[in-house]
Amino acid sequence: MSLLHLAIISPFLLAILVPIAYKLFRQIHTGWFVLPLPILLFSYFISYLSITSNQQSVTKSFSWIPALGIDFTAKVDGLGLLFALLITGIGSLVVLYSIYYLDKNKEKLNTFYVYLLLFMGAMLGVVLSDNLIVLYTFWEFTSFSSFLLIGYWYHREKSRYGAQKSMIITVFGGLSMLGGIILLYLMTGTFSISEIIAGSDEIFSHSLFVPALLCFLLGAFTKSAQFPFHIWLPDAMEAPTPVSAYLHSATMVKAGIYLVARMSPVFAEHPLWLWLIAGFGITTLFWGSFSAVKQTDLKAILTFSTVSQLGMIMSLLGIGAAALHFETVDDSYFTVATTAAVFHLINHATFKGSLFMVAGIVDHETGTRDIRKLGGLMNFMPITFTLAIIGTFSMAGLPPFNGFLSKEMFFTGMVRVLEMDIFNLDTWGFLFPVLAWVASVFTFIYSMILVFKTFTGKFQPEQLEKKPHEAPIGMLISPIILASLVIIIGFFPNIISNTLISPAQAAIMPVEGYVYDTHIYFWHGFTPELFMTLGVITLGILLFVTLPKWRRVYDFFPEKLALNRFYDSMLEVSQRASFNLTRLYMNGFIRTYLVYIFSFFIVALAATLVLKDAFKFDTSDVATIHYAEVLLALVIAAASISILFVKSRMTSIILLGAVGYTVSLFFVIFRAPDLALTQLVIETISVSLFLLAFYHLPKLRHEERMGFKMTNALISVGVGAIVTMIALSAHSNKMFPSIAQYYVENTYKEAAGKNMVNVILVDFRGFDTMFEITVLGIAALGIFAMIKLRLEGGKKNENK
Amino acid sequence: MEILMAFVIGILFMSATYLMLSKSLLRIIVGTGLLSHGAHMLILTMGGLKKGAAPLLGENAPSYTDPIPQALILTAIVISFGVTAFFLVLAYRAYQELGTDNMDRMRGTEGND
Repeated sequence: MSLLHLAIISPFLLAILVPIAYKLFRQIHTGWFVLPLPILLFSYFISYLSITSNQQSVTKSFSWIPALGIDFTAKVDGLGLLFALLITGIGSLVVLYSIYYLDKNKEKLNTFYVYLLLFMGAMLGVVLSDNLIVLYTFWEFTSFSSFLLIGYWYHREKSRYGAQKSMIITVFGGLSMLGGIILLYLMTGTFSISEIIAGSDEIFSHSLFVPALLCFLLGAFTKSAQFPFHIWLPDAMEAPTPVSAYLHSATMVKAGIYLVARMSPVFAEHPLWLWLIAGFGITTLFWGSFSAVKQTDLKAILTFSTVSQLGMIMSLLGIGAAALHFETVDDSYFTVATTAAVFHLINHATFKGSLFMVAGIVDHETGTRDIRKLGGLMNFMPITFTLAIIGTFSMAGLPPFNGFLSKEMFFTGMVRVLEMDIFNLDTWGFLFPVLAWVASVFTFIYSMILVFKTFTGKFQPEQLEKKPHEAPIGMLISPIILASLVIIIGFFPNIISNTLISPAQAAIMPVEGYVYDTHIYFWHGFTPELFMTLGVITLGILLFVTLPKWRRVYDFFPEKLALNRFYDSMLEVSQRASFNLTRLYMNGFIRTYLVYIFSFFIVALAATLVLKDAFKFDTSDVATIHYAEVLLALVIAAASISILFVKSRMTSIILLGAVGYTVSLFFVIFRAPDLALTQLVIETISVSLFLLAFYHLPKLRHEERMGFKMTNALISVGVGAIVTMIALSAHSNKMFPSIAQYYVENTYKEAAGKNMVNVILVDFRGFDTMFEITVLGIAALGIFAMIKLRLEGGKKNENK
Repeated sequence: MEILMAFVIGILFMSATYLMLSKSLLRIIVGTGLLSHGAHMLILTMGGLKKGAAPLLGENAPSYTDPIPQALILTAIVISFGVTAFFLVLAYRAYQELGTDNMDRMRGTEGND
């Protein structure tokens, strides 16, 4: 257990204390108790920069389940640290923002911060553990905390729907990832990522390699909302805005990207890896940006934008994998894609985080996020407007913001696909830059919609619930910090190039003895990328200005996406099917359940008798029969059978008593005096109890008609036959000598009693008897409760 | 004797099963009563019948009947009495509250559980 482990689990520990703090200090916003932790963790992780900047890593191991090869191994390398800083950094800002966003008098802050801390710890665990099983555990934890946070306002139908949807899709992916982990374990015999990477050359030709790859990708795609699994993310926006900014844009949805980056050294050799990741990524990029244009909700625009940007990072990682196939890594010609991926990951967190917060401010101060109702807010919220401008222009890829730099690099990466001549890239590769460019045009358009439809144009006060005004300063601090980062990184990208980007790249594609060196330049000369950007801006402005004319193109696809409908109907069908299936056998009739039990009894015992060849019939060692005994046997048989046919309740009770007394006579004959006595007493009490109960019961208006049921008869005859056969076999097969002799010898010696049965009950098997008494006591309590205590409903009935 | 008992036990089980499959709660209770009688006889028969004197050392007999099945049955008799009593009162109360002892009519319906 090291300080690093403590850092990972500290959010969980704080989560335990949050409810206490909430109860004790109701006057102070609970967020203030939470805020110090992410700040502290952020500064703690900053201290690792000195190590990872040299593209080294720290590993601290802590034995957890050594028998299964599961150790809580925490590893800080460039990639893990980058994510850890994002998680704690954005986490601090989000907590600060939430203090002003969530009203301490109206919201249940204790649960909110417990969920948020759970998420923070789980996410740190995902990015810092080197053991796949530990990673998986934390991975599912992030899904759960996301579920809880989306459903935070659980009284809203849409929140519950969104929470369930995200849960089903991400946990489905998580399970698939678990399958991939197990497949990797089967191939390598270890759960440690570092060890798997070290031995990745050997598993490449293994038959399980491709299935494992697919399983991992399914996990990554569902988590990172890649097409067609992106449908959960728009519904996840029902969560409070700080959560959307944190989980569903900056951190959790990037866990899939993290997974792809982390597993690249293992899988990237395979062409499928490149094709799937790049293909799905670029499709997601295109579809997300296209869908964002037609949204009318600020958060919905941002969500589809997030989907598309995640696709963009994903596709870059896919293209980057191709670089592995060229021996020329040295000149980092092809690794530019990976650089762009990491760089854009950071940039996206900054500008999208600030934009979500801006959307939250607009929602908070006006009461709506609908851009059809908003407009002209520029004069009321100048600071928010400025922040929105910075964020959206960066998102659109305009200079001098950081989004411009990574967008240029993205184009570079895509254009270089044209020069790759592996895996048939020379035939279909041209699609990558084309789709990338088209998607960028859409990105430009929705960015402009976002800022100009909200802050310029006609002010419609009658549409707004509140009179708009600038947000309190506390709410503005976080987006201001993020927006300043957008500008700072935009102007001085190289402050992070060798501290954050290169180390991360070294972790994604480790090359023996090679040190990555990244430099980001503003001006590359008149390159194709520059012309692409210019084209995006020109066409984007043109399309934005003429937006109303193009409405019908964007609305060409029905409002409800076909994919969503597919999800809904699948859910409904599976629910109905399982309901019907259950209803088929759980129909609520006790008789049906008894039929199952007895049928199983017959089948299982008969099968055992047949399969084990256990049925034997041996009459050699039988006791003598006296004619009186035959008489008693006939009495039992006759009484029990006639119970079946009598209609009156009284008669059947008397017949049952007759059977009981005959049984006690049998006990006398079979040398069991204690049993005979007990049976006699018990039978008397039972019969009187029966009579008592039915004396008090009003007479039934008409005795229930008892129809003869063939199935019942068959089943009962079957049960009787099976039991007879078992009794015969048990008599005929004596497998072990009786242990009775032990009691004969020891009863007096050990327990000083002469009645063996009594000694066994109170001495040798004393605990048995004690529990028997306990059972009787419980039954007595139950009877007492039923007779004496009346439920509220019962009283009402009686009063009637 | 054991052979005869095997058939008696079979008949007891058969009647018990048939009763338990019926709709009336009272008949189900009577069925469980018969079932426990059958089970007791089964245990006793499996241990062998009339192998010697009653398991009382005071008899000073050369051999005794197996005491273990008897100890088990003694426990079982008392427990089955507890179950029957509980069951009876349950039926009695159910009848009072619901006005029927027909299991099918007592069946909980949707939203009524």
